[in-house]
Amino acid sequence: MGLGRNPQELPSALINTPVPTFQLPPIKGQKKGFSNLDFLGQVTLVNVFGSWCEACRLEHDLLMNISKKKLVPIFGIDWQEPNPMAGPAWLKRHGNPYTLVGNDPKSRGAIAFGVTKAPESFLIDKTGVIRFKHTGRITKALWNETVWPIVQELKMQ
Amino acid sequence: MKFTSLALFFIVVALSTTSFPPATYAVDPSEILDNPLLEKRARHISKDLRCLVCQNQSIDDSDANLARDLRILVRERLIMGDTDYQVIDYVVSRYGDFVLLRPPVKAITALLWLGPLIFALIGVFSLIRYFWRQTAAAKNEDEI
Amino acid sequence: MIVEIGHFALVMALCISAVQATLPLFGANTNNRAWMALGSPAALLQLLLLAIAFAALTHAFVTSDFSVNLVANNSHTLKPMLYKVSGVWGNHEGSMLMWVLILAIYGAAVAIWGNNLRPTLKARVLGIQGLLGFGFLLFIIFTSNPFERLIPAPINGQDLNPLLQDPGLAFHPPLLYLGYVGFSTTFSFAIAALLEGRIDPAWARWVRPWTLAAWGFLTGGIALGSWWAYYELGWGGWWFWDPVENASFMPWLAGTALLHSAIVLEKRDSLKSWTIFLAIIAFALSMLGTFLVRSGVITSVHAFASDPTRGVFILGLLVVSVGSAFALFAWRGPVLRGSGVFHPISREGGLLMNNFLLSVAAASVLLGTLYPLFLDVLDLGKVSVGAPYFNSVFVPLMTPLILIMGIGPLLNWKRGDAIIALQKLKIAAAIASIGAVTIWFVIDKATVLAAFGIGLALWLLISTLTELANRIQLFRIPFFDTWRRIRHQPRSSWGMTLAHAGLALAIAGMTASSAWRVEAIQTMKPGDSVIISGFNFTLRNVQNIKGPNYLASRGVFDVRRKQSFNITLEAEKRIYAVSRQPTTEAGIYSTFLGDLYAVIGDPDAKGGFITRLYFNPLVSWMWVGTFLMVLGAGISLSDRRHRVGASAGRKVPGGVTA
Repeated sequence: MGLGRNPQELPSALINTPVPTFQLPPIKGQKKGFSNLDFLGQVTLVNVFGSWCEACRLEHDLLMNISKKKLVPIFGIDWQEPNPMAGPAWLKRHGNPYTLVGNDPKSRGAIAFGVTKAPESFLIDKTGVIRFKHTGRITKALWNETVWPIVQELKMQ
Repeated sequence: MKFTSLALFFIVVALSTTSFPPATYAVDPSEILDNPLLEKRARHISKDLRCLVCQNQSIDDSDANLARDLRILVRERLIMGDTDYQVIDYVVSRYGDFVLLRPPVKAITALLWLGPLIFALIGVFSLIRYFWRQTAAAKNEDEI
Repeated sequence: MIVEIGHFALVMALCISAVQATLPLFGANTNNRAWMALGSPAALLQLLLLAIAFAALTHAFVTSDFSVNLVANNSHTLKPMLYKVSGVWGNHEGSMLMWVLILAIYGAAVAIWGNNLRPTLKARVLGIQGLLGFGFLLFIIFTSNPFERLIPAPINGQDLNPLLQDPGLAFHPPLLYLGYVGFSTTFSFAIAALLEGRIDPAWARWVRPWTLAAWGFLTGGIALGSWWAYYELGWGGWWFWDPVENASFMPWLAGTALLHSAIVLEKRDSLKSWTIFLAIIAFALSMLGTFLVRSGVITSVHAFASDPTRGVFILGLLVVSVGSAFALFAWRGPVLRGSGVFHPISREGGLLMNNFLLSVAAASVLLGTLYPLFLDVLDLGKVSVGAPYFNSVFVPLMTPLILIMGIGPLLNWKRGDAIIALQKLKIAAAIASIGAVTIWFVIDKATVLAAFGIGLALWLLISTLTELANRIQLFRIPFFDTWRRIRHQPRSSWGMTLAHAGLALAIAGMTASSAWRVEAIQTMKPGDSVIISGFNFTLRNVQNIKGPNYLASRGVFDVRRKQSFNITLEAEKRIYAVSRQPTTEAGIYSTFLGDLYAVIGDPDAKGGFITRLYFNPLVSWMWVGTFLMVLGAGISLSDRRHRVGASAGRKVPGGVTA
């Protein structure tokens, strides 16, 4: 029945609505952050992560894989880092799958997406509308069965 | 066996440390707005917004990072001139009704808000019926 | 070895409970004296076995036996002894063991002190108690076994959550369980009576002490929990309408209604269905609470780290026991017709209104607590139902209740005269109104509701005292006669007066501390001063200190007011070694009119510290008030009349039995 549900897992209130206005500066070492305007024209995967987040580390290899195969551009939101060097150092150590990375110490980006924990991932279509949200890390199975098919569908629109 | 117990360790530790609220300092002196009226509104709004990474606290009571960021956001929007309703709507449009500690009055919560009233009315009707039956029975006795 | 003995005792207890659950019940049906008599020794043996099991688990904790999974997950060698012991019940499995232990204690108590009960009734009560024990022991052995081993044993454990390492919280669960597990006894009495087909004033008199005991303990347990939240959680809150708080509050509401309904049954042979219904509901709510806390379905401060399988099991137990109880209730409908008739305006009428308002309140709290779960399970979205909802629903229901509490005791049985009663209460009404208006005017014109709350508290207090004065005919007859009346008042009426007066004090405390709390948040350097409500707080210094299993920074405040008042408050911010979890220990000083409350926070870069200083009005009135309520229950419990059986000619063995 419904007893196995997690009472704290929030469905997205933003599904099928445009990404709210926000702007994130780049993390140290990058030239450009991103804003809601950067989603127009392509299908994007937005991933909220942090160097403090264990599950993000587990998800990272999948993201690196996606980025290598250029399946879909990934924008990263580096959330609630204790200091400005933590995120860049982590990406340097584990690899950077993100086309653009925004620095989000004050949760402005996270709040725009209605994020409550890391990792969370979103699929944005070509018109900047949020089409999919996943809380927790994306497993290989989830990617193959759910996320990638949606990406392909959005690309065809 | 060894791995499962180790995993159990971590799960229980993780869960037990999230089962209780962290020490609540909540509102920081640095967050307090200079305008006391705005600050009062901010506190009032914050008390009705749920801390989404805590167990059943408002963002006013919690010292979680997200709670603090939301408190600051609330104050920023008040300074920008939003009404209380607009500030709340800003947060609700991103997080859904779940973030409201006072449930909204909507079709889906109709039963919730009307419930107590319905219980009371059922009770009142039963009481009236009970006493009416009693007096009817007493009248019958008198007649006999 | 000891752990194995404990485990064995647990399984033996299961077997004994199976015997206790079946033979006495069959014996009562077939009038087999031997089988009926089996109830008592079975209950006593069950208590003995569970006591052994509990002792074994305690031993494991006290000796830090980390080969026991539970000890490894919840304890640590550095933990002070008190918390090693309280760690036994500071987790799911251990607290469930305590649950069944207390179930067995109550069963044994009925076995020992229930000699004045009709043998068939006693057998049935013990049988039902055994049945409950059986169900919960199955649950424990199959899903929540405290004696599971951990091989290889780690060198040290995970430590108990620092928030639980506190004296108040150490005693909160046992007291709470003595309360709502106590309602298992009233449940058993109700079912037994339904099985007997006889619900009469004698039954009500037998049930009363058990209801009083359970209610008293539950009141104490809830108050202790609130008190702990107040001094531990760092800002003076004491009630959050958290689902697990509600889980203990709902049985309390039902239990209060039960207590009063049984009085009508006892005195006037009326309200039978109500009383039985409430007895079933009170325990059903206790079980529901157990389910909510341990199944993982709700988000709460208290939720144990539990899983859905446990939830399903308890839900099953709940459905089976409550379902069959209501089926029995429906079947025995005819037996539940009372003989006492009464006019709406009468003592019974007042108590009926009391039942009604408390039941609506309990139902509303239940609705609010379960609603998010209900919507989520049906996939209709996620909502939160927090304090704002409960406050807006609960307070309007309590208002008429408190007003009636003032008048009810002054009304006669069967048909009361409202006019005469109200005339006697003129003074109470006057003091309440004048008090409310004065406070509204003097303190804070913005809080009409709070002034109204104080008015209600005054009404309740003065009307309770008026009723006492009326009973002893104070100032109306010579004082010697009044004194004689005082000496001859039954203890249960003192109990009532104390409990109602205690509630009045508690209401005043709740209203004042919620409405008129003064808060000041700032950064202070040593030497800085802040003035709140006329009290001058000066931060003397902040030192780093070392505790048994934590490090802390301790802030020392000097608080002065005029010339005469000069005290020191110490507040700490602690970090526990193993879990790295920070907690605050507020510095609190209670005065008659309110508490001075200081919290020390993080340092800033410039040598200052964040401090939060409060004046919390009338907080101690809440604790004194609830203490009086518990005391009232205790005094009522000691009333000799409870110990004399209904069958007048029967000799009570050994004189006074309880």
